[in-house]
Amino acid sequence: MGEVIRWDWIARGLEDPIGTAVLQHLQLSLVPIALGLLAALPLGVAAARWRRVYPPLLTVVNVLYAVPSIALFFLLLPYTGLTMWTAVLPLALYTLAILVPNIVDGLHQVPGHVRQAATAMGFGPLRRLVLVELPVAVPAVIAGLRVASVATISMVSVASMVGLGGLGALILREGFNNRFATPIIVGVVLTAVLAFAVDGLLVLAQRLLTPWVPRPARGRERKGVR
Amino acid sequence: MSIYELVAAWFSDPGNWTGPGGIPARFAEHTAYSAAAMAVAAAIAVPLGLATGHTGRGGLLAVGLANAARALPTIGVMFLVVLAMGIGLVPVQVALVVLAVPPILVNTHEGVRAVDPGLRDAAAGMGMRGPQVLLRLELPVALPMVLLGLRTAAVQVVSTATIAAYVGVGGLGRFIFDGQNRQEFGMVAGGSLLVALMAVLVLVFFWLLRRLAVSPGLRAREAAVRE
Repeated sequence: MGEVIRWDWIARGLEDPIGTAVLQHLQLSLVPIALGLLAALPLGVAAARWRRVYPPLLTVVNVLYAVPSIALFFLLLPYTGLTMWTAVLPLALYTLAILVPNIVDGLHQVPGHVRQAATAMGFGPLRRLVLVELPVAVPAVIAGLRVASVATISMVSVASMVGLGGLGALILREGFNNRFATPIIVGVVLTAVLAFAVDGLLVLAQRLLTPWVPRPARGRERKGVR
Repeated sequence: MSIYELVAAWFSDPGNWTGPGGIPARFAEHTAYSAAAMAVAAAIAVPLGLATGHTGRGGLLAVGLANAARALPTIGVMFLVVLAMGIGLVPVQVALVVLAVPPILVNTHEGVRAVDPGLRDAAAGMGMRGPQVLLRLELPVALPMVLLGLRTAAVQVVSTATIAAYVGVGGLGRFIFDGQNRQEFGMVAGGSLLVALMAVLVLVFFWLLRRLAVSPGLRAREAAVRE
């Protein structure tokens, strides 16, 4: 294998393939996270309101979450081909298993007196939801987004096995297929860096969105890892 | 032929159900790889998580490391280990263990940490000592979290064992990659469906285990909390 890290390869490939892979990786992970949030919000609101909907919904998203991404990618491939949707649709589905429970927990944590105060001020159900309940639930939602984004950013790499790009393609095609360790190490490290960077941005977003939360207190994270 | 017909044709071909490359043999291989990796990972992570949770020492470090490990891409870990150790079953097993340890460790640690201090006081009041408190109180009370960690790890291992077929070992991933090379979509989709089936079986297995192993008193309490 020679030297483990060939810095000259990294220096030559900073723009392409490394830079392109990072940009593709960001696209392939941020689009599903955004789509997942868009889908999880109405589902979570519905599940928090009609409690009977929640257990079956939770079962469905948990079972979907257990299905390996590689299986879903290959099953979608004949329909969506080598477009980003082959990766984006399954990854968006996976985020639901993390986001929906966090949104439901967040909405359930809204104190009763806050809800009553909103009603007393003349808020209808919709305005109360958008202007009071969802903002109060923001820390829980962002805690979910943090877990979902780390998971998605690391899972995108698997999409290289069906032929899509991103840091997985760097790992697989430049690295493993050439029996060349440097691109694999670069790919692994950059994936972790991206995950931590997005995580940091989400923490920052939470501080900006919830100025009323005292500084040291952080979003209540769900116990354990998924 | 439509996609459904291709998949149906693959599943109904009797040749795909026999021999060392048949569906039952590949299913058994996949189960064996996953079970072996899970056994080693559990033997490492459960005692470690119990120890850090019980003593409170080293917990932050263990959980921090485990959370950082979650950000690593599984295929990168797998390919790097295989490149370093050579192609074969042992490197694949090592990679699977590396991926399975973090979720088991974190959940076991958090499960023991979350045990109600009142229960610990009661155990001490009944005359239990450290190891007794751990084995007779903390472990049973933390068991739902330990099982959750094992389930998360098992789902991950079954999924990554599929990718391991790319480096030349057996298991259900063979159908996916061989089918891809031969442009036989029925085989690719059939293999994918079998992998999905196995993941669902893992969920069912852990659901049953939870029903059998978790104390009924704890389950009643959880149900009460949920109401």
